[in-house]
Amino acid sequence: MATKSNGKPAKSGSNLSFHGWRRENGRVGVRNHVVILPLDDLSNAACEAVANNIKGTLALPHAYGRLQFGADLDLHFRTLIGTGSNPNVAAVVVIGIEDGWTQRVVDGIAKTGKPVAGFGIELHGDIATIAKASYKAKEFLQWASELKREECAISDLWVSTKCGESDTTTGLGSCPTVGNMYDKLIPKGIYGVFGETSEITGAEHIAAARAATPEIGKKWMEVFKAYQDEVIEAHRTDNLMDSQPTKGNIAGGLTTIEEKALGNLEKIGRTCKFIEVLEPAEAPAAGPGLYYMDTSSAAAECVTLMAAAGYVVHTFPTGQGNIIGNPIVPVIKLSANPRTVRTMSEHIDLDVSGILRRELTLDTAGDALIDMVIRTANGRLTAAETLGHREFVMTKLYRSA
Amino acid sequence: MGVIVVEGLRAGTDMLGVITETDKTMSLKAKDDIPIGHKVALKPLKKGETVIKYGEDIGRMVADAGVGEHVHVQNLKTKRW
Repeated sequence: MATKSNGKPAKSGSNLSFHGWRRENGRVGVRNHVVILPLDDLSNAACEAVANNIKGTLALPHAYGRLQFGADLDLHFRTLIGTGSNPNVAAVVVIGIEDGWTQRVVDGIAKTGKPVAGFGIELHGDIATIAKASYKAKEFLQWASELKREECAISDLWVSTKCGESDTTTGLGSCPTVGNMYDKLIPKGIYGVFGETSEITGAEHIAAARAATPEIGKKWMEVFKAYQDEVIEAHRTDNLMDSQPTKGNIAGGLTTIEEKALGNLEKIGRTCKFIEVLEPAEAPAAGPGLYYMDTSSAAAECVTLMAAAGYVVHTFPTGQGNIIGNPIVPVIKLSANPRTVRTMSEHIDLDVSGILRRELTLDTAGDALIDMVIRTANGRLTAAETLGHREFVMTKLYRSA
Repeated sequence: MGVIVVEGLRAGTDMLGVITETDKTMSLKAKDDIPIGHKVALKPLKKGETVIKYGEDIGRMVADAGVGEHVHVQNLKTKRW
């Protein structure tokens, strides 16, 4: 699967391109979804009914949106608006229990210039709302179905990363493969992002040193410390030994959180530096380069936040076999664990286990991943997409009012 | 610290080790059954000793391990908690 002949073909050359959909705001998507987006938990049923009526649209049910306030509410809106604004989405129908907050999401997405319409359920009920929203969804879907891909430079591609169910093979094989990809593609002008604040515990000094300036490194350290103080220390009831490393990590040979973190950070390669620290779901605004986003290390939450920030392809190294996907962003799974590749082959897009058998160099593995990223951008469905993995999980910061 | 990259390693097996950075090889005998992805001691490790992987401190030995023995949660622990 992953293995290619040796040598370095044009994969890391300067003429890399892919075919995507250029959206109204200039960003390029690699998927062409028409999303039916619930404002709140109450509106999931109507959204799923619309998606059932209009084949080819995609409902994104989730658990939240009521009585949230402050930073938590801001994050809720940022995630919903960011998801609708992602260039992998052609058009959006928003349904909420009432018109006010529904319109807030519609207005946020409308800034991209893409088609978006909102429907409130109160004063109408589910059935009338579903009917009206279905007509609009049908219109959007048929419009989107005629949009064409065009050739775009690699610099139009935004690629995120986060690993899961890591084990020793991730730190030695699949994570450094992602790092090798970033070392080759970041200089070509792509946007990258890594996160997982808690899982950098033990390697925080190394992460801070990879900031582009001492100020950004300091900002990173403040975010890390806040996570330790406000999340971990405030809520832990034991020493976290049961959560970090996870049981899956331990089964895979990772003994301590430091060991896990050092392997995790292999994803950012050897040469690139991160140029800004992003809030969860915040769109990068400092130009091309590698970013850090303050996220939880739970896979679905993290990938959802990165998708909401505008990333269009996700690279996901796994050791023991995390099977996560995302509804709007293709999640490419790579693994260097031969047992996982053998026992869970339907979940793995790229086999880099040859690295640990001396059959594959990191350089060749990095090129193979770049090749897979471009094939995926061009339309190849990932394992997670074919298997229907659409984990859309909103991050909630604290209890609702 | 070495890492086992083959499945079903049994105690008593003669192992070929590779230092990936330099591509140098070494040989040692496994003293335990060690699962794939798990660590093996390349030198004797005493209780209290700091363990280095990726050139960094990953924790402290809480029990001894001899050359070729399995190093994991039974003898290695983070210093953090």
